[in-house]
Amino acid sequence: MSYQIPKFRHPQLPVNDLGYTKADYEGSISTLCAGCGHDSIAGSIVKACHELSIEPHKIAKLSGIGCSSKSPTYFLGKSHGFNSVHGRMPSVVTGAAMANRNLTYLGVSGDGDTASIGMGQFAHVARRNLNMVYIVMNNGCYGLTKGQDSATADEGSVSKKGDANIYSAIDLCATALQMGATFVARGFSGDKEQLVPLIKAAVSHRGFALIDVVSPCVTFNNNPGSTKSYEFVRDHAEATGTVDFVPMRKEITTDYMPGFSHEVTMHDGSSIHLYKMDENLDPFDRTSALISMEKHRASGDILTGLIYMDKDSRDLHDVMETSRRPLNTLAEEDLCPGNQMLKNINASLR
Amino acid sequence: MKQIKSVNDFVIKFANVNGTGSASANNLFAKALFRMGLPVSPKNIFPSNIQGLPTWYEVRVSEAGYLGRRGGIDIALSVNPQSMAQDIKEVRSGGYFIYDNTKPLDLRLVRDDVNIIGIPLTRICNEEYKDPRQRQLFKNVIYVGALAALLNMDFKVLTDLVGDQFKGKEKLILPNIHALELGHQYARSQFECPIGIQVKTLDSLGDQILVDGNTALGLGAVYGGATVAAWYPITPSTSVVDAYEKYARRVRIDAGTGHKNYAIVQAEDELSAIGMVIGASWNGARAFTATSGPGVSLMSEFLGLAYFAEIPTVLFNVQRAGPSTGMPTRTQQSDILSTAYASHGDTKQVLLFPSTPRECFDFGALSFDLAERLQTPIIVMTDLDLGMNDNMSEPLAWDDARRYDRGKVMTAEQLEEGVEFGRYLDVDGDAISYRTYPGTHPNRGAFFTRGTSRDEYAVYTEKGEEYEKNMLRLMRKWDTIKEYVPEPEVVAASEETDVAVLYFGTSEASSREALDYLAQDDGIYLDAMRVRSFPFNDEVKAFIEGHSQVFVIEQNRDAQLRTLLMAEFEFGPDKLKSVLCFDGTPISARNIRKQIKQYLDGGMVMPLHRTKIASSAGE
Repeated sequence: MSYQIPKFRHPQLPVNDLGYTKADYEGSISTLCAGCGHDSIAGSIVKACHELSIEPHKIAKLSGIGCSSKSPTYFLGKSHGFNSVHGRMPSVVTGAAMANRNLTYLGVSGDGDTASIGMGQFAHVARRNLNMVYIVMNNGCYGLTKGQDSATADEGSVSKKGDANIYSAIDLCATALQMGATFVARGFSGDKEQLVPLIKAAVSHRGFALIDVVSPCVTFNNNPGSTKSYEFVRDHAEATGTVDFVPMRKEITTDYMPGFSHEVTMHDGSSIHLYKMDENLDPFDRTSALISMEKHRASGDILTGLIYMDKDSRDLHDVMETSRRPLNTLAEEDLCPGNQMLKNINASLR
Repeated sequence: MKQIKSVNDFVIKFANVNGTGSASANNLFAKALFRMGLPVSPKNIFPSNIQGLPTWYEVRVSEAGYLGRRGGIDIALSVNPQSMAQDIKEVRSGGYFIYDNTKPLDLRLVRDDVNIIGIPLTRICNEEYKDPRQRQLFKNVIYVGALAALLNMDFKVLTDLVGDQFKGKEKLILPNIHALELGHQYARSQFECPIGIQVKTLDSLGDQILVDGNTALGLGAVYGGATVAAWYPITPSTSVVDAYEKYARRVRIDAGTGHKNYAIVQAEDELSAIGMVIGASWNGARAFTATSGPGVSLMSEFLGLAYFAEIPTVLFNVQRAGPSTGMPTRTQQSDILSTAYASHGDTKQVLLFPSTPRECFDFGALSFDLAERLQTPIIVMTDLDLGMNDNMSEPLAWDDARRYDRGKVMTAEQLEEGVEFGRYLDVDGDAISYRTYPGTHPNRGAFFTRGTSRDEYAVYTEKGEEYEKNMLRLMRKWDTIKEYVPEPEVVAASEETDVAVLYFGTSEASSREALDYLAQDDGIYLDAMRVRSFPFNDEVKAFIEGHSQVFVIEQNRDAQLRTLLMAEFEFGPDKLKSVLCFDGTPISARNIRKQIKQYLDGGMVMPLHRTKIASSAGE
C-alpha cells in the first residue's frame, strides 16, 4: 500500500512568487512501500523547489536504477525526467548539463546506484564540479532485490536476514569531499526541517552538491541491529548545526547567536545562515570537514547537516569557458563554418 | 642482375624505429609524390608502442589510380636493424633494398636477386650534426633526399613542401632543406640515378586532397553542428576528437566573448562517454562520441537504452583488430555484428559504412540529421586503415543552403495550441514520434524518459500488449529508416554475368582493382555492389537475388556482413561466399583475386569449411 496524494486541493493553498502552489511540484502516486524514507525525501524536494520558486519545467530530474531512482516519478510532475541506466545517471546529467546550462539538474540515486555500480561516475562527476544537486537516498541495502547489503552498510550492521555485514562501509560524503565536491551535506529522511534548507542551499550552489540522505528501508533494513534504521539514526545523528536558507531578495528575519553563526551569500544572490553546534567544524575548510567526519565515524555517530561548501566554486561550464547561451539553442549560423572555410581547409590538405 | 623497371607504379616500404621522427619524413615523401600529381596511398603499419619497436610505412604509387594495398614490396628502405632480416625477405625479386650501411649488412641477409643500395646515413649525420637528437631526426630527412635522386623526384616539390610544413617555424626550413640536399647529393654521386623504378610528374589528380578519415570525420561533426563531444581515448579513434577540437577551436569560438560554442568532455570510460552523448541529445544538443571495438562493448547497455527510449545518438566506431585488446594498431572490419545488434533484448542499430575521407565527412555530418530524424543511434563504421592513414579523396564540400534536419520536435507554440503530445505516439504512420526538449512549456509536454516499458504517452506499464505494440512500432520504424540511409552503389561488369561481389568500407579500392584484373587477365566478370548502410535497402536484396553467386568481401574472420545478410534476408549459405582477410593488414587486390579464382577454378564447388579460405597475410 502506497501513500496516496489527495486529489482535492484546498482552494487557498499558498502560492510562491511565481503563483505556483505546492501541488504544482508534486508527482504521481508513489509505488514505494508505505513509510519508505524515500517518499519523505520526495516531499522535501517538493517543498524546497516550491519555496525556491523555480519554475517546475525548468528542472530536469534524472536517476539511475533502484527504489531511489524510481522516486522522480513521485515529484515534479511538470519536469522532464530521465530514469537512465544503473549507476550511470551522472554521465547522463553531465551531457544534459552540457547541452543546456540554464536548467536546474536534480540527480537522484541510491546507495547501490552510487556506491557500487556507479562509484566511478559518482567520483568523476564530483571532480568535474558539474552544476547539479546529487541526492543519494541511502538505506544501506538493495531494496528492489529484497535486501542485500549495499556498500554503504556499516560493518557489523545486521540485516533483516540476521547476518552482520563483514565489509567496511563507504562514506559517500567523505568520498565526495576527496573527489573535489564543492558542496557536501548529509541529511536524514526523518528530519525535514534540516533537509529542506539543505536542498535549497544545494540548488543555489554553483557546482556539484551532494546530499547523502540516510533513508531507512522499512521493509528490509529497519530491524534491530541495523545502523540505518529509524531508531538507530534518531539516536545517533549529530548535526553540524542548523541551516536557514534565505532566498534572494527576502528580508532576513531569523535570529542567531553571535559568534556561532555564518552568513553565506550564494552565487544567485540568496544566502544561507549556519548555526554551528560544533565549534571545531569549519564547513568552509575541506580539512576541517574531513577531520570532523572521521571523528564522528570513529565514535559511531552520524554527522548530519552541511559539512562542506566552497563559496567560490566554479562549475564545469565556467572552467570550460563554454558559451553563456545554451548549446542546444545554437543554430547553423553559430555552428556551421560554411563552404568557403571548407575550401580553405581543402587547400591545406593538398 | 634483374631490376624491376617501372614508371609511376611501385610499392615502397620504410622500416623505422618507433618514436624517432620517421613519420613526418615519410609523410613528406608521400605528400611530395601526391603534389607531383601521382596517385599515392600511404599506410602506417605501427606497433602498440610509443618508442623503440619496429614500425613501417608503406607507400603505393599507382598511375592507374589503384589505391588499395597491392601486396609485395618493390623497394624496402630499412634503417632499423631489428627488422632488417624481415624487411629484405619481403622485397620482390629484382627489387631494391636500401639500408644504412654505416655498419655493413649481415652477410647472411644478402640476397642475390635483390639490388642492394647502401647509404651511410649514420655516418653522414655524425659528421654533419653534433646534437644527438638532430642526428636522429635528420637521418630520416636525408634518406628522403636520397630517394628523390634515386627515383627522379622533382626536388623543388620537396623543398616547397618543407617550406609549407614549417610555416610559422621558419628557422627549421633551411636545416631541413640542407638535410634533403645531403641525401640527394650523396645518392647522385654514388649511384646511377634514377634506378629502374622512377616517377614522372603527372596531371591526374585534379582537386583531390590527401587526408586521414578521422580528420574528415571530426570535420563532419563540426559541420554537422555537433556541440557536445564526449569520449574516452582509444586507438584508432582518438584523432577524431582531436580533429573536432582542432577545427572547433578555429571556427567555433565566439570572437566577442572568447566563449566556446562547443563542449568536449574527456570521460572516465566509454560507458560514461556514451551516457553523456545520450544526456546531451535528450536535451536537444547534437552530440557524438568516437571509439573502437572495446568501447562499443562497454557502450552496449546504453545503446539499448537509446534504441528503446529513442534518443538520437551518434557514435563513430573506428574499428581495429579484436577480439579483446586484439591487435589495437591493426585494421579490421570486425565489429559488424556487435554493433548491428548491440545491446540485450531485441535491438537493431543503424550503421553507415564510409569508404573514403569524403564519405567520412559526409556521413559524419549526415549522422546527426539521421539520428535526430530517426531518433535512434547512428553508428558510423570506419576502420583504422581509413581513419589513421592519409587517403586520397575528393575534396570536402558543403552546400551553404543546407539546413540541419532536427527531426520531430514539438515546440512550445504547438503545445500551447493544444496539439496532442504523446512521446511514443505515431501520429503520421512513419512510426517516429514527436519529442520535446526539457524546459519547453510550463504545463505541457513533460514526460519521463525510461528504459522500462511504457505506453504511447510515456507512462510506465508492464502490460504485454502495450510492450508488444511498441516493439512492433520500432520494427515499422526500421522500415522507415531504410528510406533515409545511404543507398548502395552498383558497378556493373563490362560483360553480362550472374556472379557478383559485395563489399563495404575500406575493401572498396582493392575490390575494384581485383575486379579489373579478373576481367582483364582471367576473363572473369563480376558485377559489384558497395553496401553503404544497415538496415540494407531493398536494392541490396534485389542485387543478391539477381545473381547466382555473390562473393562477400570483408576484413574479419567470421564473415560478419554475410551473417547479417543471411539473418536479415534469409539467403542460404550457398548463395553468399566469403572472401576474407583478417591478419590486421588492409585487404589487397591480389588476395581478393586469388580467393575468387580459387572458388571459380574449382568449378563453383565450395569448400564447406571456411578456414580453408582464410586469407594469406601480406598478399
